[in-house]
Amino acid sequence: MTKLDSKIPEGKLKDKWSNFKAHQNLVNPANKRKIDVIVVGTGLAGGAAAASLAEMGFKVKSFCYQDSPRRAHSIAAQGGINAAKNYPNDGDTVYRLFYDTIKGGDYRAREANVYRLAEVSNAIIDQAVAQGVPFARDYAGYLDNRSFGGALVSRTFYARGQTGQQLLLGAYSALSRQIGLGNVEMHPRTELMDIVKIDGKARGIVTRNLVTGEIESHFGHAVVLATGGYGNVFFLSTNAMGSNGSAAWKAYKKGAFFANPSFVQIHPTAIPQHGDFQSKLTLMSESLRNDGRIWVPKKKEDAEAIRLGKKTAADIPDEDRDFYLERRYPAFGNLVPRDVAARAAKERTDAGYGIENNATKEGVFLDFKYAIQRLGKDVIEARYGNLFQMYEKITDDNPYEVPMKIFPAIHYTMGGIWVDYELQTTVPGLFVIGEANFSDHGANRLGASALMQGLADGYFVLPYTIQNYLAYEFDTPRMNPADVKEFKETEDEVKERINKLMNIKGKQSVDSFHKRLGKVMWNKVGMARNKEGLEEAVKEIREIREEFWKDVYIPGNTDTINPELEKANRVADFLELGELMAYDALNRNESCGGHFRTEYVTEDGEAKRRDDEYMYVAAWEYKGDDKEPELNKEPLKYEEIEVKTRNYKTA
Amino acid sequence: MAHKTINIKLRVWRQKDAKSKGGFETYELENISVDSSFLEMIDVLNEKLVSEGKEPVAYDHDCREGICGMCSLFINGRAHGPDSLVTTCQLHMRKFSDGETITVEPWRVGSFPVIKDLMVDRTAYEKIMQAGGFVSVSTGGVPDANAIPIPKANADEAMDAAACIGCGACVATCKNSSAMLFVAAKVSQLALLPQGRIEASRRAKNMVAKMDELGFGNCSNTGACEMECPKGISIAHIARLNREFLSANIKG
Repeated sequence: MTKLDSKIPEGKLKDKWSNFKAHQNLVNPANKRKIDVIVVGTGLAGGAAAASLAEMGFKVKSFCYQDSPRRAHSIAAQGGINAAKNYPNDGDTVYRLFYDTIKGGDYRAREANVYRLAEVSNAIIDQAVAQGVPFARDYAGYLDNRSFGGALVSRTFYARGQTGQQLLLGAYSALSRQIGLGNVEMHPRTELMDIVKIDGKARGIVTRNLVTGEIESHFGHAVVLATGGYGNVFFLSTNAMGSNGSAAWKAYKKGAFFANPSFVQIHPTAIPQHGDFQSKLTLMSESLRNDGRIWVPKKKEDAEAIRLGKKTAADIPDEDRDFYLERRYPAFGNLVPRDVAARAAKERTDAGYGIENNATKEGVFLDFKYAIQRLGKDVIEARYGNLFQMYEKITDDNPYEVPMKIFPAIHYTMGGIWVDYELQTTVPGLFVIGEANFSDHGANRLGASALMQGLADGYFVLPYTIQNYLAYEFDTPRMNPADVKEFKETEDEVKERINKLMNIKGKQSVDSFHKRLGKVMWNKVGMARNKEGLEEAVKEIREIREEFWKDVYIPGNTDTINPELEKANRVADFLELGELMAYDALNRNESCGGHFRTEYVTEDGEAKRRDDEYMYVAAWEYKGDDKEPELNKEPLKYEEIEVKTRNYKTA
Repeated sequence: MAHKTINIKLRVWRQKDAKSKGGFETYELENISVDSSFLEMIDVLNEKLVSEGKEPVAYDHDCREGICGMCSLFINGRAHGPDSLVTTCQLHMRKFSDGETITVEPWRVGSFPVIKDLMVDRTAYEKIMQAGGFVSVSTGGVPDANAIPIPKANADEAMDAAACIGCGACVATCKNSSAMLFVAAKVSQLALLPQGRIEASRRAKNMVAKMDELGFGNCSNTGACEMECPKGISIAHIARLNREFLSANIKG
């Protein structure tokens, strides 16, 4: 286990980050100009990092596959961002935010990283306000807060139901300013194809220009990946259509370890699937659980009647409604963490109480009737108006009058590339931030914490820690990739793979393979997993992958916009990543957070952790295409927290 | 409840690349569920084209939740199609009738050149933002978030303006191809907040100058942009932009 050095600074938990900053290496202003940093991805983490590094004086090259950095999928985050400001005077502290995050993550996150996250959370809110982010305010003009799952305090700042959009536009405005000043070279509609290593260090990337198809090389003294999560391995998810795991997968194949790949978050409140042609699932923000009550009928015959359209929700009197979260978890009620809420929905629908008339008879009600009675329609409209409008546009139902129908959907990946305290991978010079790394959320992420982590990494952590590496790099002269054989070799490999894909000229579309993979993942590596299913999944994924490389059909050419080729590149990687996820889930013989193994359940149906054997980060090392990956363990030590069984039944 | 389906005929703009001349192609689709979104319908068309060995229709899209601003189709002569307050990805087929012919085009704006089929290049918007769509603050060294109270009404109005998704529907709809609503949304949002107030005049001047330089037309107050904006951004923000612009020019 000597391969993993998490580089946690000395000292007490609350002093570690200050100690690190006080003693770390810095780069002097004149030398910053001589250093190029590549940042891939322009969401909250990437956008904030690119802007902050450029402000400091580094030369930044920023990349995104969308036509503008403003369109990264952070934009779609709805509910809010956590911070330990304690403005409502309800007892919040940095320690409490740290504690809730570790507990919410089911004791599978690294203590020092999470404490730092809680510590810098307040600065994020200050920064956003200074940028002109229009957070919700009260009549006195001060910032308003709401509650989110897994917490007993209100610490979530929000901008209507568009918090991700507003925070991203804040980071984007800072980035735009730096592009205008010439400090950031922006490459939109450009996709990372591989990472270039020279003498063991990350020194650049090879990209494909999505408009001209050109394969291009870019040098950097360091490479930062901020490329988001890999939830689209499931085909249907709340991710954007283009969200993918390819950058992380390339990093893995170049020697970065992939940590806890099976830790996937299934969000309890998405709009249920409606047909086979469906391309994605739409989330309904967790904030709705502040005022919505989740229920299914108590009687199976009522559920069936609703599915058949013979009864509606209004026909079921209150005494025949099972508010199952309030029943099972009286202390937290509808605001239990996401993994708990999602599993409880599955438990009810598996038992035959689902209310949606789709192929899987899934779906539960999220009902605002009670809140409207209590607060009035105007208050509910002010809080959630845009979410209600979105729901109505999609489903043609009016949630002010009838309850929403919701069901869990793949939403976020806690797993990701292994990084140390400095957010550096096992490849020197390669850093990973935001959702793409594994570090802060353990086995389950709390609501409103993704925005917090992305911006913490991007504004306040990476711009410091990366200097500890770059301080030794300023005398490395800039390279011209055309003169360096490693760039040329990587370009050739990329071109060869594209030609290989184009020349298969098979019969089946990329999407057809992606959908098949997604079904295996959802059924066997999804909300409930077991040994038998996971073993089948490994086998089935291999079969689909083999067939893909024999029979996929990609129309068009390589020297132009070719969305089918883009998808094929991403799906080819998902077909490998999916297998590693199943492999990791198989290795972890316990239930924790979003990872639920049906063999490991307590008597009352809750997840059963096995701390004696599995209190570690599983960091997988690539050993070759035909070889088994090697497991490296980072043991998790909790010095300031007592490890307990999670309990949301009592306070 | 059985899923209702419709049959439709599509007239879709096809164009090989920025340099080629484009034209309409006609496709027929059967049994399209009215519960599917417009883009899911295009996906069905594309899957069909791929199965016939043909090139699928290229179009921009990403989040499919109406927030990223990537999707940009002109449908039956309207930006984002016949529904109001939605992006193309949130438009559903229940807004169309059985047997209908649906015409699908890219934005037709000189400053947003077509790069393939239904995809356009909106780099001009980026350049306007880089000219001034920000508060000139760097990371760190800022006061506590509650240090400056902001009247709720101002914060709310700033949020109304900040809801802009940068899709370009306003420009595509305007007979002058003016980007005034887009520019006004950012200028207004930041002018309403104390943090952005300081640079308000300078920001207006720089963004408008860049907009003019990039060939966007003038505003003639028809209000068409507001009607087609998927986020319902009001042209009242254009009035605020004009005030800031005027004051910048008086101050010199």
